Amino acid sequence: MSTNDWFYICRLDDIPVSGARVVRFEGRADIALFRTLDDRVFALHDRCPHRGGPLSQGIVHGARVTCPLHAWVINLDSGRAVEPDVGATACLRVRCSDGEVYLHRADVMRPAVVAEAEACLAS
Amino acid sequence: MKLKTKQKLVLIGNGMAGVRTLEELLKLAPDLYDITVFGAEPHPNYNRILLSPVLAGEQTVEQIVLNDWDWYRDNGITLHSGKKIVKIDRVRRYVVAEDGTEAAYDRLLLATGSNPFMLPIPGKDLDGVLAYRDIADTHAMIGAALKYKNAVVIGGGLLGLEAANGLRQRGMDVTVVHVLDTLMERQLDATAAGLLKRSLELRGLKFAMAKKTEALLADDHGRVRAVRFAGGEEIPAELVVMAIGIRPNTALAESAGLQCNRGILVSDTMQTYDPRIYAVGECAAHRGIAYGLVAPLFEQAKVCANHLAEFGIGIYSGSVTSTKLKVTGIDLFSAGDFNGGTDTEEITLADPIGGVYKKLVIRDDKLVGACLYGDTTDGAWYFRLLREGRKIDDIRDTLMFGEANLGDTGHSGESRAAAMVDEAEVCGCNGVCKGTIVKAIKTQGLFTVDAVRKHTKASSSCGSCTGLVEQILASTLGGDYSAAPKKKPICACTIYSHEEVRMAIRENRLTSLMAAMAFMEWSTPNGCATCRPALNYYLISTWPHEAKDDPQARFINERAHANIQKDGTYSVIPRMWGGITNASELRRIADVVDKYQIPTVKVTGGQRIDLLGVKKEDLQNIWRDLDMPSGHAYAKALRTVKTCVGSEWCRFGTQDSTRMGIELEKALWRMYAPHKVKLAVSGCPRNCAESGIKDVGVIGVDSGWEIYVAGNGGIKTDVAQFFCKLKTHEEVLEYAGAFLQLYREEGFYLERTVHFVGRVGLDYCKKRVLDDADGRRALWARLQDALRDEADPWHEPQKAAVDLRQFAPIKAVLVEESA
Repeated sequence: MSTNDWFYICRLDDIPVSGARVVRFEGRADIALFRTLDDRVFALHDRCPHRGGPLSQGIVHGARVTCPLHAWVINLDSGRAVEPDVGATACLRVRCSDGEVYLHRADVMRPAVVAEAEACLAS
Repeated sequence: MKLKTKQKLVLIGNGMAGVRTLEELLKLAPDLYDITVFGAEPHPNYNRILLSPVLAGEQTVEQIVLNDWDWYRDNGITLHSGKKIVKIDRVRRYVVAEDGTEAAYDRLLLATGSNPFMLPIPGKDLDGVLAYRDIADTHAMIGAALKYKNAVVIGGGLLGLEAANGLRQRGMDVTVVHVLDTLMERQLDATAAGLLKRSLELRGLKFAMAKKTEALLADDHGRVRAVRFAGGEEIPAELVVMAIGIRPNTALAESAGLQCNRGILVSDTMQTYDPRIYAVGECAAHRGIAYGLVAPLFEQAKVCANHLAEFGIGIYSGSVTSTKLKVTGIDLFSAGDFNGGTDTEEITLADPIGGVYKKLVIRDDKLVGACLYGDTTDGAWYFRLLREGRKIDDIRDTLMFGEANLGDTGHSGESRAAAMVDEAEVCGCNGVCKGTIVKAIKTQGLFTVDAVRKHTKASSSCGSCTGLVEQILASTLGGDYSAAPKKKPICACTIYSHEEVRMAIRENRLTSLMAAMAFMEWSTPNGCATCRPALNYYLISTWPHEAKDDPQARFINERAHANIQKDGTYSVIPRMWGGITNASELRRIADVVDKYQIPTVKVTGGQRIDLLGVKKEDLQNIWRDLDMPSGHAYAKALRTVKTCVGSEWCRFGTQDSTRMGIELEKALWRMYAPHKVKLAVSGCPRNCAESGIKDVGVIGVDSGWEIYVAGNGGIKTDVAQFFCKLKTHEEVLEYAGAFLQLYREEGFYLERTVHFVGRVGLDYCKKRVLDDADGRRALWARLQDALRDEADPWHEPQKAAVDLRQFAPIKAVLVEESA
């Protein structure tokens, strides 16, 4: 994998622990970048599969986030809603090295609509 | 990775209590044990409670299976169904089944349930004489109903009547024989039992009361043909069902030398005299009681699993139970000490023609028992009052008329769970109707309100329909349902209740989330969206200036200091002291609306102005441009102090309510609390500021101020209760402040003042705030100290620990790869 496959986004410390930041590529749907208590980083489209709530604004606990609108709980590693709710949000591949966070180019480039449709099929 | 041989856990008894223990255990420690299950019946685990609907033809056996074969396989459990264990070797630690199968154990769980008690009379072993206990009995009864006409059910208790009803529905001619002269004497008083009997007679059941069965008589083929009573009278019967009681099945335990006395004796951790051996369910006797209802068994299962998982912190301390009969169309409910005694008082309501009877038993101003017939709408509510041991002196006058008459405007018209049609909406917040809930209960095997909430979302939002959901659960599950235990953990991350958590934080001087979670052995790394905000509040309210506020433990509104809206934008409400504003403020607001193109401007119910549809990136600039304090309209904190015009302008005004309101608001703003707090001050008894539905309502009278507390205009309208009458502004500040500090220190997170006062009692609040002058001054001083240097998050974000990074998205530009 060439370094060209990855977009540099920010430093790990730019994301609050047990929190999230919004990443905005001009003209594209927002991406939510999460950091867990144990410094794992996950990226999801910033849309809850339920009613489109901004997941970046939720409470991050373990490797999950609770949507701020109606408290759906979404797994950060798969984008899938925790049962019994059903639905999924598209995830993006993340690379984290030397305290720097990168997103995979192909995932960023993929149109949000396509990514979400794929996530739904996968779930 | 540590390689370790797993311990072996053997479960004897594949019924509801044992398997529930395994489920709880797998949740806590999925990899700790190799699990082997022995069950005498050739079925997977099924819902024994629902045998009555199966008998009555309302459900099939397949529908009542709880864990199918796949469940055992998926969880790596070895299941030996149809194999009865006949020997436990406690020294060498293995068990032996009837067919010679052996299994070694490190821990053994006995859930052998109970056996039906059979009358020791001649003929008890004839063909056609059955107990009513398992799927085989049920099938035999269904088969007999196809071939024969006359059935006799011996025993007029819960189980007997359900069996009789089921057989009657399958077309048999059924007589119920009971040794006493009233039915269901353990669940009903004589009056209710009389009504029940009449209504069952109308359905075609016959009764032989106060009759002692002497013998069962055989025909030529060795099948029963008749029942003979003492005195010689005979009635025909080709099917006899004995339902006179159950006995804990302790034979195996006794043969292994475990101590038994009407059940296998267990400690509060569900351990028998051999600490490697546990017992749960109907076979276990805990503090002298062997429970036969499902809710206590599930509580036991939870404790036992906790111990098996080597957590060792669960304690079972017994259960209060309630009863309901699963005969469609008959409403009956009883709980607690419904017969009463010399030291109790009774409130009764009887309408024999309409078929309604209610009796409430009260001791020392507390509800200790209830017996309802014909209208059980309020069963769940009475049961709640009973379990909570709440003082009822303040609602005694209306107690009999039910919760609806306390002023529950939300759902009073729809609270007859059993009579509701399937399409009727139960949860208005999430649009869940009764049919959906009933279906989920039946198909998913749900037993608790929490589980229903998870699967259907009913009662998961505002919670005002919780009582109704509880009733639907009770009427669907029938006889064996009893509500969740009184002491509830905050969430699934812990076993501790709000009260215990708060006490631990106080007594052990815990000042950070991580320390608190570590100390109380939280089961998750950093809690969840339910417990983290609660813990954060308990920390900062218990140790002001010392505990560190964690913004990531707060709901987004309190993290962004604005209210999130359905489209992800925010709303901004600046503070207007006492609802007073001026041209300069209004001009700045107007300018902000133009500059940031704010789509909606609304006047709120709290006498201020709401700017809706604000982008998060604009929040900081808007706060700066407004140059007004935060209104905290987004927080569990002091919101507004609503005022009327008062004596300054009003021709009726007797007091300067506006000034009083502003003084209160300036003294109390920035005050975080368990939930939102709203105040109002009216200048005369006309009460234009609506002080009667506020957490603290102040009403000016000629001689001073009247203080009312614990009102609520929300989900359920509650009129505030009179607290005291005061003379000066300083007194109003001190008393109102002391009451609110008491609420801050002792209220549970997300508990409004009305529920707090309902829980601890108004008398308690009066004792702490009115009677104890030193205590009052200390409360007021503690509040002032906590607010001493609390920052305005809009204008001193650093000091208020606002994470400013959130207001700027990380901007990135897509650069096309060069070819």
